Amino acid sequence: MFKQLFNMKSYEEELKTFSWNIAKEELGYKDGDNLNIGWHCTDRICNSGKSEKLALIWEDHKGEEKRYTFDDMRVLTNTIASYLQKLGVNPGERVCLFMDKVPELYFGFLGILKMGAIAQPLFSAFGSESLLTRLENAGTTAIFTQKKHLPKVRNIVAKLPSLKYILVVDDDGVKPLREGEYSFKMEQEEKVYDFEVYPSKAETPSVLHYTSGTTGQPKGAQHVHYSIISQYITAKYVLDLKDDDIYWCTADPGWVTGTSYGIIGAWSNGVTQCVMDAGFTAENWYKFIEKHKISMWYSAPTAIRALMKEGKDIVKKFDLSSLRHLCSIGEPLNAEAVIWSEEVFGLPFLDTYWQTETGSMMVSNYPGMKVKPGSMGKPFPGIEVTVVDLQTHLPLEKRGIVGMIAAKPGWPAMFRAYWNNEATYKKKFENGWYLCGDRASIDEEGYFWFVGRDDDVINTAGHLVGPFEIESALLEHPAVAESAVVGKPDPMNMEVVKAFVALKPGFEPTKMQELEIMNFIRKKLSPLAMPQEIEFVDKLPKTRSGKIMRRVLRAKEWGEEIGDISTLENDM
Amino acid sequence: MAEVKDVVLEYVKNEYLEEGDDRVINYDTALISGGFVDSFSMVSLKVFLETKYGIQIPDAKASPEAFDSVNNIVNLLKEFNIN
Repeated sequence: MFKQLFNMKSYEEELKTFSWNIAKEELGYKDGDNLNIGWHCTDRICNSGKSEKLALIWEDHKGEEKRYTFDDMRVLTNTIASYLQKLGVNPGERVCLFMDKVPELYFGFLGILKMGAIAQPLFSAFGSESLLTRLENAGTTAIFTQKKHLPKVRNIVAKLPSLKYILVVDDDGVKPLREGEYSFKMEQEEKVYDFEVYPSKAETPSVLHYTSGTTGQPKGAQHVHYSIISQYITAKYVLDLKDDDIYWCTADPGWVTGTSYGIIGAWSNGVTQCVMDAGFTAENWYKFIEKHKISMWYSAPTAIRALMKEGKDIVKKFDLSSLRHLCSIGEPLNAEAVIWSEEVFGLPFLDTYWQTETGSMMVSNYPGMKVKPGSMGKPFPGIEVTVVDLQTHLPLEKRGIVGMIAAKPGWPAMFRAYWNNEATYKKKFENGWYLCGDRASIDEEGYFWFVGRDDDVINTAGHLVGPFEIESALLEHPAVAESAVVGKPDPMNMEVVKAFVALKPGFEPTKMQELEIMNFIRKKLSPLAMPQEIEFVDKLPKTRSGKIMRRVLRAKEWGEEIGDISTLENDM
Repeated sequence: MAEVKDVVLEYVKNEYLEEGDDRVINYDTALISGGFVDSFSMVSLKVFLETKYGIQIPDAKASPEAFDSVNNIVNLLKEFNIN
């Protein structure tokens, strides 16, 4: 058997020689030049002689397939950029993408960047309330959406004075569009072969991704075009993307993985990628890998565990021999999943760790480096990552002690702001470190081991959900007097949302009541935010000043020590 | 009394289609792979079936395939003698 040759020759060697200049040189970028992610992922690849190479193979749940070359993508992204420009969208304005994983989502993202606006992708399963919060905060000017999601936009448009253009990508003309709504059919528009790309610079804002915190509403992590430097080189070294790869990133571009590595990382490397716009079933996924001969697969622990649940026999029905490299992101990858994948695919899933705010991978397992199943791996060369004391936020000298993961600012993809929220942004930095909010330890060999969040944010299937947003929405339900939301351990999703609810007089704690509240949150916020379990209680644990003690409820769910409850007002 | 498959179909239409969403769902429509119901929303569908029919569906049986269409759900319910 031949030993694979990886893009990163050796982690130890790379630590000594790595510089971000490697990425800059390979991208043909010099400090001070114009830098536009949209151009780099399309025109630059075409200029390098790959115009006719496939950029995207897209398939929906019925098996309908569409294929686009890099030149198709160059022209279609030009077309979108030009359309927005003519419509009156200005550089720096926010343009939201609120769609399933259709080609318009991927090309729309790059088209927005090409004309200098800021792309604001949002998960299409969000309900109206979640959508409203994020569009309102961003002061979004335009939104691309599909007919099926249009009702959610219509529900809130009256509350959004900045939202001038609603662009429907699949309007069939059956029902008339309303004022401010436009039919935009990407492939039927007059093609724009030449477009003057916006002369963005390294620090020009590019993408706004919303993420949740413990308190307050979700925050928009704002990135810049310079992020491509990190995203390009980490995709090359960690995902090991090569010219002849067929790559599949299963993440939705509504979340940061879907843009950093489902768009920018792959296409800045000139790699062909596949997208499946369909819900998960094990059979469909294996069929997809076999059909398209996927060689590099970047997925999530929840999906891997769902595949594990379906067993090994189903794997044998498919020829998955095209796979050569597997990586994972979203939440810690448990050792069992690494061992299982090695057994059934002959390859371990390599865990990667990063966040919406970091924009690119921070700690990873690398091809060719010894894998310690269950470990997050080691910091990416060029990025200084450590764990700091939970109280002082100073680096822990001793190995094996749990602290908070922290990174030295300066890597290209680091977020530059929380949109309209400077105070919260500043709080993320202390003693010269960016505080990730996750706890971990480092072993004697320098491997990082994830422990958990350092706050009340719930990581469910790799997505962060803020308890405050759910508690606020719960209060709008007519039966709910008060509530507290915590993460509950879950074998499939790592954590799921659990709500403790005290009902108003006259409402009964029945199973039907539980279902009604679940559906209320699902529709209002999103399926991710929907409590998977509701426990009805007479009262919630509170401090004497009336603050709900979430940590007491969380500790009970996790079987942990409750800690100091001297300020507890009532018996539970 | 309404047939089980009609009860399930009606519930799915009411709960998982946004008002104004005119996509058609019938007994064979792919609910999970077709993107109407995701893995998180599947939990509320399971709670509905358990509450409506007074049964407990073990997690091992609540697979995306078993919930992928109204007909598949009806077949699953038959295992619990719900016809």
